[in-house]
Amino acid sequence: MSEMRQLVGLLKQIDDQLVACMRCGMCQAVCPIYAETGLEGHVARGKIALLECLADEVIKDPAGVKERLDACLLCGSCQANCPSGVKALDIFLKARAFLTGYYGLPPVKRAIFRGLLQNPKLFDTVLGVASKFQGLFTKPVNDMLGSSCARVFSDLIGGRHFAPLADKPLHDVATQRDTPRGHSGLKIAFFYGCVVDKMFPRIGEAVLKVCDHHGVGVFMPHAQACCGIPALSSGDRETFEKLVALNMKVFAESDFDVLVTPCATCTSTIKKIWPLMAEDLPATTRYQVKELSAKVKDISAFLIQDVGVTPADVAVSGEPVTVTYHDPCHLKKSLGVSAEPRALIGCNPRYKLQEMDGADSCCGSGGSFTLQHYDLSKRIGKRKRDNIVATGATVAATSCPACMLQIGDMLSQAGDTLAIRHPVEIYAETLAGR
Amino acid sequence: MSNHLSQKFEEIVGTGNVLASEVDRHNYAYDAAVLPPQLPALAVRPETPEALGRVVKTCNELGLPLTVRGSGTNLSGGTIPSEGGVVVLTGALNKIIEINEADMYAVVQTGVVTAKFAAEVAKRGLFYPPDPGSQAVSTMGGNVAENAGGLRGLKYGVTKDYVMGMSFYDVDGELVKTGSRTVKCVTGMNLHGLMVGSEGTLGVFNEIILKLVPPPKASKAMMAIFDDLGKASETVAAIIAAKIVPATLEYMDDFTIKTVEDFAHAGLPTDAKALLLIEVDGHPAQVEDEAAEVEAICKRIGATRIQVAKDAVERNKVWEARRAALSALARVRPTTVLEDATVPRSKIPAMVGALEKIAEKYKLTIGTFGHAGDGNLHPTILTDKRDHAEFTRVEAAIDEIFDVALSLGGTLSGEHGIGMAKSKYMVKEVGQGSIMYAKRLKAAMDPKNILNPGKITGA
Ligand SMILES: Cc1cc2nc3c(=O)[nH]c(=O)nc-3n(C[C@H](O)[C@H](O)[C@H](O)COP(=O)(O)OP(=O)(O)OC[C@H]3O[C@@H](n4cnc5c(N)ncnc54)[C@H](O)[C@@H]3O)c2cc1C
Ligand code: SF4
Ligand code: SF4
Repeated sequence: MSEMRQLVGLLKQIDDQLVACMRCGMCQAVCPIYAETGLEGHVARGKIALLECLADEVIKDPAGVKERLDACLLCGSCQANCPSGVKALDIFLKARAFLTGYYGLPPVKRAIFRGLLQNPKLFDTVLGVASKFQGLFTKPVNDMLGSSCARVFSDLIGGRHFAPLADKPLHDVATQRDTPRGHSGLKIAFFYGCVVDKMFPRIGEAVLKVCDHHGVGVFMPHAQACCGIPALSSGDRETFEKLVALNMKVFAESDFDVLVTPCATCTSTIKKIWPLMAEDLPATTRYQVKELSAKVKDISAFLIQDVGVTPADVAVSGEPVTVTYHDPCHLKKSLGVSAEPRALIGCNPRYKLQEMDGADSCCGSGGSFTLQHYDLSKRIGKRKRDNIVATGATVAATSCPACMLQIGDMLSQAGDTLAIRHPVEIYAETLAGR
Repeated sequence: MSNHLSQKFEEIVGTGNVLASEVDRHNYAYDAAVLPPQLPALAVRPETPEALGRVVKTCNELGLPLTVRGSGTNLSGGTIPSEGGVVVLTGALNKIIEINEADMYAVVQTGVVTAKFAAEVAKRGLFYPPDPGSQAVSTMGGNVAENAGGLRGLKYGVTKDYVMGMSFYDVDGELVKTGSRTVKCVTGMNLHGLMVGSEGTLGVFNEIILKLVPPPKASKAMMAIFDDLGKASETVAAIIAAKIVPATLEYMDDFTIKTVEDFAHAGLPTDAKALLLIEVDGHPAQVEDEAAEVEAICKRIGATRIQVAKDAVERNKVWEARRAALSALARVRPTTVLEDATVPRSKIPAMVGALEKIAEKYKLTIGTFGHAGDGNLHPTILTDKRDHAEFTRVEAAIDEIFDVALSLGGTLSGEHGIGMAKSKYMVKEVGQGSIMYAKRLKAAMDPKNILNPGKITGA
């Protein structure tokens, strides 16, 4: 029971944030989970009410609260729409950390986070080996999407059509580099993120190609670690803090103007969550984290705002390719970036952008949410798929590799043959030497 | 015991639709009112009208208190259940059954979300005017049960003006039909009139027939700024006296203006004492005329500045400021108590003056905005419910706000309903005779007192 006391004490720390919720219920209008289940426990108001009950010790069932808390995409829609300015994401992340402290991490996650994520080199090696053998266990199902489904481990991955691990991850095809500022006068640090590195190296290559073309210097170390969000959203604050520290060691002292990522989730994690969770770190680290997080930018925002890329002058022949763009929650709702990726796509005259209904509604991925609640995640994803297909586009673009995985799964399962691209890939196609 | 109860309802609505865990019960113990929660025994979610009827019947047989819950956005405690009762969720009863363009009516199930309904209607070139601030989430059943109003109330009326008929379940689970799809209908008693505003105490709605109207062809919005409160309310009276009925005529006090400006940077004048947001709509020629006349009236009475929206973008800007009012106020302190005392519109200056005194007397922060055109003000008390001393003052202040509203010939609630929050004041407004009448009516229709007990008349 003393642990329960501790949990209650921790929850009291966020009491001020909890009471800010006035129970107006307006979050019901935007929560993708609530749209599917209609359960009060699945919307921000309901979760906040439960946390208050737990803090006030009128609920004796932390497991039940945790279960509701876990049924959340951490998409931030509720926070973006809350009249009362409730910091729902801060609340949920902190509360998950408290509850995980209380229950401990499940063994599989413990092994992955503490064993692999905290050791980036080992992580790379293990996945490198896995990529060699995955063909034995999976069969390709959709050439266009490049997805596969499990042959053997179907229990584990539940009939998903997932993008396979790349034959060669980005850190194998592109060596570390530290190139000086060119004619742009700018230099970035390139934080590629786990999913781009291991599953979509082609996005990383596009970033490098674009930077080279525009004379942008690139600092790309391979010792970079995961941004930490998978661990944190599972409540593993310890791993999260270690990962932030690893990244600080690599990036804090280096010379660059902007920290660029092609992953909406990494961008918003570094921008918003690193400083938020750095409260307990030593003052100097806290300061460094703030400095770094102030510098992070999504690749499209960087290219449009800082480099000032304009529509490329390339020959257009035949019908343009119809592309539709999905706004990742972490980019639009968390950071307000939605015009730039579209502008970047617009810089390739061979493409025509066709907006879908609900372009900014969540695709249902939500990191490990999709693993724990695949069914719900699929229902949300199905809506996204329908909206994409209704545009008649042959290419679905989005700025988050996690969304790409989810959307790819949904399209593949429906037998659609759209290609999934990142805006930077679409722009990179216009550059010479292709 | 509760296991047995769950089983009984599972037989009717299916396993997944009975919610009885500790967590679920806590999730259906509150609504948007600042009142203590009360734990139900369970919540059930019928997916068909038949199941809804059987749930009601079963509750009655077992003598279990039953509270219907739409989206739980009411501000008067209307969906706070009875301890140990059953909460009936209408979320799965969310079909728009018919939208009839030729005869301009629609039929909906009660769980349909207001804004979705209004959008579907608009797609067919028609108009459903009631637009409560909560319309993005509130349900049609909740709107009818609370007789919800909105920004357009002045010209277009409130929910009751659109209810042509309905079917509802009585406590025995019998389906009662009232009203019709025709514009005129005097068949039988006006039972649907009785159901509007009944807050779930007289029957459980099944389907609702709603009147639709043609949308206005044009509209024009403006913002008038005043350095004196008296002038603002005189302007309201003068506009109405000139026989112009704007679609909306909204008011904002100086505290609200400053807070909105700090929060939204909408370009509001922070030194103003009051602000009116006015929109006229209708036939284009009439709109031009009326807008000009309203502008002239504002100038004559002494608005320091008038900003007429030139296009849709500017019009939106005007309304953005109004929409931001509650958001801005809600961020100032943790707890936001939104009241809706309403007075005859000529009494607005007196009411606003009284609110200022009450704020001072109880050392509270009160921001006031609202529907000046219909006298429906929203004094919004900014507080922290954890500060018990302060919250006691809040409660005393609320008592006094209602006393003042009633002494000015006003009413306890312009749109939010009575629920549990204001039942104790009811007798002051309507007298003992009315309370007794309502209680006898309820006793006859609901002898075991299972339908949302404790709401409106208390017991
Ligand atoms: C931010 C905010 C703004 C608001 N703005 C306005 C406004 O401008 N105007 C306004 O009028 N109100 C406003 N409200 C109050 C509230 O939204 C309305 O009262 C709304 O009608 C409630 O709808 P609901 O679906 O949430 O109903 P609930 O809160 O779930 O229920 C309200 C009442 O209806 C009963 N009920 C629901 N369904 C049925 C049914 N099928 N049969 C019988 N009884 C039923 C319930 O038992 C309860 O008594 C606002 C609330 C908030 C939080
Ligand atoms: S919108 Fe914000 S204040 Fe309203 S219930 Fe949801 S979290 Fe609470
Ligand atoms: S973060 Fe997204 S999924 Fe989670 S409660 Fe908010 S809106 Fe719902």
